[in-house]
Amino acid sequence: MKAHDFRGRDPLYQTIVYTLLVLILLIILIPFLYVVFASFATKQEILTRGFFLIPKVWTTNAYAYLMKNQNFMTSFQNSVIIAIFGTAISMTVTTLMAYGLSKTWLKGRRVLNFMVLFTMLFSGGIIPLYLLVRGLNLLDSYWSLFLTGAIAPFNLIIIRSSFQNFPSEIEESARIDGCSELRLLLKIVLPLSMPVLATFTLFYTVEYWNSYFSSILYLTSAEKMPLQVFLRQMLIQPSENMGAVVEGLEFSPAVRMAAVVFTAIPLLVVYPFLQKYFNKGMLLGSVKG
Amino acid sequence: MLTERQRKLRAWKRGIPLYLMILPGLLYFIIFKYIPMGGVVIAFQQFDPFDGFLKSDWVGLDNFRRLFAEQDFLRLLGNTLMLSCMNLLLFFPAPIVLALLLNEARHALFRKFVQTVVYVPHFLSWVIVVSLTILLFSVQEGGVNKLLVNYGFAPIELLTDSDYFRFLYVSQSIWKEAGWSAVIFFAALASIDPTLYEAAVVDGASRWRQMWHITLPGLRTTIVILFILRVGYLMDSSFEHILLMQNPTNLQLSDVFDTYVYRMGIIQGDFSYTTTVGLFKSVVGLTLILLVNRIAKKLGEEGVY
Repeated sequence: MKAHDFRGRDPLYQTIVYTLLVLILLIILIPFLYVVFASFATKQEILTRGFFLIPKVWTTNAYAYLMKNQNFMTSFQNSVIIAIFGTAISMTVTTLMAYGLSKTWLKGRRVLNFMVLFTMLFSGGIIPLYLLVRGLNLLDSYWSLFLTGAIAPFNLIIIRSSFQNFPSEIEESARIDGCSELRLLLKIVLPLSMPVLATFTLFYTVEYWNSYFSSILYLTSAEKMPLQVFLRQMLIQPSENMGAVVEGLEFSPAVRMAAVVFTAIPLLVVYPFLQKYFNKGMLLGSVKG
Repeated sequence: MLTERQRKLRAWKRGIPLYLMILPGLLYFIIFKYIPMGGVVIAFQQFDPFDGFLKSDWVGLDNFRRLFAEQDFLRLLGNTLMLSCMNLLLFFPAPIVLALLLNEARHALFRKFVQTVVYVPHFLSWVIVVSLTILLFSVQEGGVNKLLVNYGFAPIELLTDSDYFRFLYVSQSIWKEAGWSAVIFFAALASIDPTLYEAAVVDGASRWRQMWHITLPGLRTTIVILFILRVGYLMDSSFEHILLMQNPTNLQLSDVFDTYVYRMGIIQGDFSYTTTVGLFKSVVGLTLILLVNRIAKKLGEEGVY
């Protein structure tokens, strides 16, 4: 933003602005840094010293312990499977539907669009949905997660409007050359829509990786539970069904911190690579005019 | 020449590949959104899982009478609205303030860094956010409380004293989502015409006055639209978040419609009654959204849809 260069210097004003921003940075970063560093500290140090950032003795025992813990590793794998397959299914279904609905000449489009919009305003609540999933015999199967979360209407609408902005000249000339709709989508539209697709792939992955409620709602066997459920029982609700996933093991504070780091890491690693995309991709549909 | 009918037929035919692409998504909406909407009929039944929707006894509005007569009802409504209103009052301004602050910072690189950092918490799950809170503030082993005790202060019972619950809930929401919610304001700020600032500088306006007379008016439409959306969703709570924060000590304050439905319905199996509670919530929510949207259009703002 060039605007700042000529807007005049005002040292007091700038000092206030920067102080507040640094304060915000610290509030966000300190909880992270504490947990990351403390996960490398010894149990004694955490229990006696309280809050600190640099451990006196460094150890990776907590991580070694977690890697050897069968339940933890299983739930980690489960989360990876759920995130990968879930995202693949959601992106396929959402992109196909968004492409179809992006064609303004399509008959029945208005009705379909309204059907999508209405689900954002009204829902039958979780009980009928739960009974439906149970009736379809999907309980305790990952299909319950994939199918009930297949499309986020908000994502669908934004992908649709980005397809709608696609230059129609390219499409027309491809169509005249005898290109089918599916080929057009796969060979021309999708490769040119990478920022949008990358953004929403990230959004779906985050959604699947982070959610715990659908898992405790639809899954019943302990060995199918994802990482978030493991972490929840380890840290937040140890009394509740502790035996199911965590097997009543006593976890030391460092191990619990290591588990938090482990759960957060995959997304934090992908995030910077995708950030340049979603700065562009996300704003496409979110600001009118 | 093609007749009208032939032309119509052609349009349908041309659309066939597209309809096929839409089909899987359409099936999703029909099966997992619209069928459950139809499933709310069990709110008017004494639903028995063994009899199914068709054979269960019809009880008319009995479940609604029970809901409005229940002592819990006012408590649930109060808690839901209280948390939403606190969010509206405390959370809503946070991203605006953040965007304004960032807009005023001079160094582009610093701005970029702050922007990257404030987005990050959005990508963490509620489980992680609540875990971080526990690791920092639990009385026995939380880092902050350990530090307080080491220096001879009394520990703060942030997690177990229900007086802190609402404040803690809103603070966590702000920590996690304020940065991400600011994205839309960053975009709105970028679209303000820079010549307005030039003109203001020529007229001798200070930075404060520029903010008051140019930047804030530039954000007005965005602020109004988002505020309306928020009001429209007053009946909703951040379910995964609140369920994690809920414990026996704060249940009086933290029990909202969603958690009540989960506890009484899924865990205790009272399907008909909890469907009624859910239906009540959805209907009030829909009414609110339609209402605020109409008000927005009356005020001359663009509606939400």
